[in-house]
Amino acid sequence: MLDNATEGYVTADGRQIGPVVMEMKGITLRFGGVEAIRGISFDIREGEIRAIIGPNGAGKSSMLNVISGFYHPQEGEVFYRGVKRPPMKPYMVARQGIARTFQNIALFEGMSVLDNVMTGRLNHMKVGLLGQALWWGKAEAEEVKNRAKAEEVIDFLGIQAIRKTPVGRLPYGLKKRVELARALAAEPQILLLDEPMAGMNVEEKEDMSRFILDVNDEFGTTIVLIEHDMGVVMDLSDRVVVMDYGKKIGDGTPEEVRNNQEVIDAYLGVSHD
Amino acid sequence: MLNITPPSGAPQSVPALLRRNAAQFGARDAYREKEFGIWQSWTWAETLQEIEALALGLLALGLDRGDFVAVIGRNRPALYWSMVAVEMAGGVPVPLYQDAAAEEMTFVLEHCGARFVIGGDQEQVDKVIEAQETVHGIDHILYVDPRGLRKYDHTKLHALTDVQAEGRAAHERLKGELHTREAELTYDSTCVMLYTSGTTGRPKGVVLSNRNIIETSKSSCEFDGLRMEDEVLAYLPMAWVGDFIFSIGQAYWAGFCVNCPESADTMMTDLREIGPTYFFAPPRVFETLLTSVMIRMEDASRFKKGLFDRAMARSKTTGPKILDGKPVSIGERLAYAMDNVLVIGPLKNTLGMSRVRVAYTAGEAIGPEIFDFYRALGLNLKQLYGQTEASVFITQQPDSEVRPDTVGVPSPGVELKIGENGEVFYRSPGTFVEYYKNAESTASTKDAEGWVATGDAGFIEEGSGHLRILDRAKDVGKTASGGLFAPKFVENKLKFYPDILEAVVFGNEREYCTAFINIDLGAVGNWAERNNIAYASYQELTGHPQVLASIQGHVEAVNRSVAEDPMLAHCQIARFLVLHKELDADDGELTRTRKVRRRIIEEKFADLLDALYSDKTSQFTETEVTYEDGRKGTISATLEIRDAATVALSAQHMAAE
Repeated sequence: MLDNATEGYVTADGRQIGPVVMEMKGITLRFGGVEAIRGISFDIREGEIRAIIGPNGAGKSSMLNVISGFYHPQEGEVFYRGVKRPPMKPYMVARQGIARTFQNIALFEGMSVLDNVMTGRLNHMKVGLLGQALWWGKAEAEEVKNRAKAEEVIDFLGIQAIRKTPVGRLPYGLKKRVELARALAAEPQILLLDEPMAGMNVEEKEDMSRFILDVNDEFGTTIVLIEHDMGVVMDLSDRVVVMDYGKKIGDGTPEEVRNNQEVIDAYLGVSHD
Repeated sequence: MLNITPPSGAPQSVPALLRRNAAQFGARDAYREKEFGIWQSWTWAETLQEIEALALGLLALGLDRGDFVAVIGRNRPALYWSMVAVEMAGGVPVPLYQDAAAEEMTFVLEHCGARFVIGGDQEQVDKVIEAQETVHGIDHILYVDPRGLRKYDHTKLHALTDVQAEGRAAHERLKGELHTREAELTYDSTCVMLYTSGTTGRPKGVVLSNRNIIETSKSSCEFDGLRMEDEVLAYLPMAWVGDFIFSIGQAYWAGFCVNCPESADTMMTDLREIGPTYFFAPPRVFETLLTSVMIRMEDASRFKKGLFDRAMARSKTTGPKILDGKPVSIGERLAYAMDNVLVIGPLKNTLGMSRVRVAYTAGEAIGPEIFDFYRALGLNLKQLYGQTEASVFITQQPDSEVRPDTVGVPSPGVELKIGENGEVFYRSPGTFVEYYKNAESTASTKDAEGWVATGDAGFIEEGSGHLRILDRAKDVGKTASGGLFAPKFVENKLKFYPDILEAVVFGNEREYCTAFINIDLGAVGNWAERNNIAYASYQELTGHPQVLASIQGHVEAVNRSVAEDPMLAHCQIARFLVLHKELDADDGELTRTRKVRRRIIEEKFADLLDALYSDKTSQFTETEVTYEDGRKGTISATLEIRDAATVALSAQHMAAE
């Protein structure tokens, strides 16, 4: 896979996939004596939808946390745009254009949807505390600019009707969508989605899948996705990494992964034919 | 025929009205749309520029005189501009229902032979592309919202803004041609073609001329004193004649501002923000609003609830009196003023109706309780009766003569007569030109003298001169015992219960009457929640014994009320069932304007109907349903059939009991 790391290709449905933008090399993550991730290497290409799947406890979320800079692996290196990334705080990673959503929703429950989405613009605000408090001159112009972007995202995800509603009063499915909105407001180059469809009904899943595809299509955002619903994963993603007990046991297109015996045994269940 | 010609120099077409407005009050707002959380507005002068650019762009794309252009999408200024631009360029706009499935659209596109389609978004473009498998006349598709369309083949697909830009670029080259075509527009040229939803058969294309639209708009604006300071919210389907008259005809005649909501979901918020002064809604919208108010009042503290109940009880008598200009004592006036400060005023504000001067409802009968509620709030809610073929207005209620049971006096310029079979006929300057490509239907609907058959049975009340509508003429029948059968009469009584959404009554040439009932998920769901009744689906709720018991209570109450009318007493419902699915326009059971299609329901649920006329107590049924995207599926259920107590008719029966 790495032999054409600098070249892109075009998918069957006409999407342009670029060269490798992020690369994990031999990542090992330990919590005390427990090895959550064991020597995993894979890459992420610009503009693709990359899924990470695996049974519970396989280390998927840990992997996402390594990408987002929340965990620092004991071994291995992360290359971002060809440059080795030093250990960073999550906010520094966010500034590099990587945004994420969480498995268990992490919104500000008491704040309105709009305010929550605006927090996603934090990295685009430069005016200091005093300027913001006085809301004068540059602060005003900046807020207008950022509000416009936030409104664009609200329009994109079709949540205009709940713009002023406190997040705490929203049903689960909508909260998930608001979380996506906040991540999108940051205008990320890479979007990390941790189980965006967990606990949703079929209709909500279909909506969310549509949004993920639309985001990828409209903004060309690279998406890294953890998901349990195999149907969704196989439909959405360009390439899939399969993990089991912290190890990578498969990597490739959904088709390749589906036919990989090790994956079938470990994750999809042993077939008896 | 009533061939009124306008005084020379008066605008003879909608584009001419636009030019008049841009010249006379160009700086006033003509359109507003909420987008990105902010109300964007366009003045009349800007609107003229936008429309002209689009008309030029359409010429550049090769639009010929008399070409049909379909317009599909939710209410947006760009789509309203499209309709006027098409007329300006010599074409005929044909607005279509945005929720129409691809196959319904195919019929209409084929029938009018549209060469251009202007769609709101990807969804509409997709449907047009699907329709193109069988319809080959479409040369160009335009769209407003580019989202999701970037990767489509753009050889015949254009963004509306690009077409406008081309139009602006070609201004010098094409303006002569545009002016020539615009100058050719007369009072008799076609202004718009609208497809009727049709409770039976295929939709028919109603051709309306500039005379129809302008004369109707002029007289109806005068009737209600509409002026340029008025505000309307355009939220009803653009393909419906009412929206065309309110948002284009009257808006261009009076010069008032048309406000487009951000999305269908935000309609209530947008309504509150705009505070329209002129408001139209079908009874269902008023019903839903009232239900939501009542549900919220149930949750209010006892003190607030008490305050609300007292104020409403008092206002129910005072409010309508004040509206009608009848004498009111000083005490009543004071009490009403106080209620207005404490309860009614804030409630109206929440509903977005603080500024409403004139409100209309039409299309279906409105429940007297609902009607009285809004009148009590001091809302000048009136009824009108109309149809596409009349450019809406046939009758309407004048300000001081508002009653729930009539539809008012003939609108200015309209003549009425009642046929021998009780059918209502009218003749007016708004009477349509013809059904497109359907001379046969035109002839059977409109006679040589211009009288149009409405298809509704009714009578003119003596004394007041108000028209009262009984039912669709073809639905009125006889029961096996020979009594008059008017299903709508009973259905309306049933539908006035908040937990009954829709009812279909059968009984023509039958021994007794029966009914299919649709529950209202909002009202019944809320009731279930309050009573700790768990349910997983609509279907489960419809079969719940307690729900059935409460519906049975309603049916029996209706029977008692029907029995009071000697003419219709035998229309009492002996057996009924609660349908396992909501009647839906996607399944062809309702029209797009949500009127019941009796024949289709009768055929589709034949097994259930048979069971109603047998002694079965339950019936298994399987029904095909169509999802919004056109896919089909089936749902099955075993429905319980209940007997309802009826009031015995003859004295003999009563003695026997």
